[in-house]
Amino acid sequence: MQDLVNAVVDMREEDALSLTKKYAEEGVPPLEIMNAYKEALSIIGKRFEDGIYFVPELILSGEMMKAASELIKPLMAGGEHGEEGKKIGRFLLGTVEGDIHDIGKDMVHMLMEINGFDVRDLGVDVPAQRFCDEYEDFQPDIVGLSGLLTLSYDSMKAVVEGLKKIGARDKVKVIIGGGQLDEHACKYVEADAWVVDAVTGVKYALQWMEGRA
Amino acid sequence: MSSPQQLLLERDKRINDAVALKKPDRVPIACLWDFFPAKWKGVTARDVMYDHQLMFDTWAECMQHFEPDTVDNPYPLRGFGPVIDILDFQHLKWAGHGLDDNVSYQFVELEVMQPEEYDHFLFDMSDFMVRRFWPRVYKAFAPLENLPPLNSVISYFWGIHNAVCLLTPEMESVRTAMIEAGKASAEVLKWTAAYGKKMAELGFPSSYGGFSQVPFDTLGDFFRGTKGIMMDLYRRPDKVMAACEKLLPIMIDTAIASTKRTGVKRVFVPLHKGLDTFMSPQQFDRFYWPHMKELLLTFIREGITPWVLAEGVCTNRLESFRDVPPGKVIYHFELTDIFHAKKVMRDRCCVRGNVPMSLLTVGTPEDVKAYCKKLIDVCGADGGFILDAAAPLSDARPENVQAMFDITKEYGVYS
Repeated sequence: MQDLVNAVVDMREEDALSLTKKYAEEGVPPLEIMNAYKEALSIIGKRFEDGIYFVPELILSGEMMKAASELIKPLMAGGEHGEEGKKIGRFLLGTVEGDIHDIGKDMVHMLMEINGFDVRDLGVDVPAQRFCDEYEDFQPDIVGLSGLLTLSYDSMKAVVEGLKKIGARDKVKVIIGGGQLDEHACKYVEADAWVVDAVTGVKYALQWMEGRA
Repeated sequence: MSSPQQLLLERDKRINDAVALKKPDRVPIACLWDFFPAKWKGVTARDVMYDHQLMFDTWAECMQHFEPDTVDNPYPLRGFGPVIDILDFQHLKWAGHGLDDNVSYQFVELEVMQPEEYDHFLFDMSDFMVRRFWPRVYKAFAPLENLPPLNSVISYFWGIHNAVCLLTPEMESVRTAMIEAGKASAEVLKWTAAYGKKMAELGFPSSYGGFSQVPFDTLGDFFRGTKGIMMDLYRRPDKVMAACEKLLPIMIDTAIASTKRTGVKRVFVPLHKGLDTFMSPQQFDRFYWPHMKELLLTFIREGITPWVLAEGVCTNRLESFRDVPPGKVIYHFELTDIFHAKKVMRDRCCVRGNVPMSLLTVGTPEDVKAYCKKLIDVCGADGGFILDAAAPLSDARPENVQAMFDITKEYGVYS
């Protein structure tokens, strides 16, 4: 299915969709088709890191993947769902209290899912208490806090404080992402890492999970 | 001690010298204050958005305390609470409307214009605005969606009876909203003028007298949404280009009109979607820079100084940015390495910025002073530099803002 991989990587949206349909009709197992997309997305992520691709390509490839999975989902048997369900880790995500920006967060959500994480996305303007409650329920390996504004520093710090209070801080990695973050903000929040783009965030997550394995 | 009148001239000259790449008497300093003065005074964002007198007193006191070289007028972009209430404005969430009382308002991403509506926009933008855009963005105008096309009123046998559409109870509510919003706007404008007058009397020049955007940003921010326009780059690039062409004269004319009205010949141009990671160099060269360049050159021809706020990181754009006449543009950098930018811009453009928001928000006054010293030493060395925060002050700690002003006035004096 190299032709499908290439179509996605080259942003040929219509070709990608018609090839997806063709392979599905030919009886190629849905999981194999989705794996072609995953392969394509990992090449696209690499190109983003290398400064060849940019936000438009990340967004468009996310849309292509979404369209393909909608097309294929009805074809998936229960067993295949199960196989797809083998996740490498759990990732709790949200934009922190007081901030309603979601473009970066949504990109992280998409990329983390493609990279095999079970993602629970709490949306925007999420209070610290809610992160802690969801932590207890979901038991994530990593908590991802998103925020574009400087007011998010205090909200992020409040989540870290909350995690400490419930005795969870040393069991979980905390990563913060957003345009106003740097080492000063990270130190203040007491997060494990800070990023200004989604792809770098995913790299950290994968490294951490490897470290645990 | 200089009189306010002298101070006004001195400060204006300080800024103008920096723009012209000359050495002023000291490094000029100014900020985008956002809601910082409210925080500094201990009142909420919500209070000042609605209480014009409180905003006036708070801002005037804050400016007299910090004494910046230019001041921005808080009313047009902050004092509009009553107006956006009446219009039921959808592009923002603000204190008391989806956000806490102490929080700056935030932009809401909407795909107001659907992809299939480009043709309507391109064929008759005003009709699209009145019957599609306004009803969605200003919910109080929702019934305008039911009007017949504006261009269908032509003659005695063509559309002359269309006014009957205005008689419904829904249209009555639209008319009321328009009149009430107009009255509320008149109040805002009255305070805007009063504040401008007060600042001039105190010796503070205005930082800008008009506002503009690169057409691609306007199309993305307000019409298609970020996600929408990014996908349009692949799905319908020609429509994006045509829409940008359509918006360009509007971006130019509204800003020029505004500088004429205010008498302040500086235009603020924030950049949103042309940043390094937001598009490729090829996309930037095709969809962004040509219109941006024309925008800047037109302002310069009109004797207006564009103050461009390059948000995010714009390192890869610097070579394009410097393709303007020397000494005419201010580039304000947020996260771009400003020390590198200064090297690239040295003989061409005034550089402004960029005390990091993280330092101002969670750093110490010593951190801030150390960074400002480096800015003054490196970027300020031979003039052509204005010291400013990287972005609007919003949640900065007052003691850090104080440190930024103190060090600039002490250490930034040219010998």
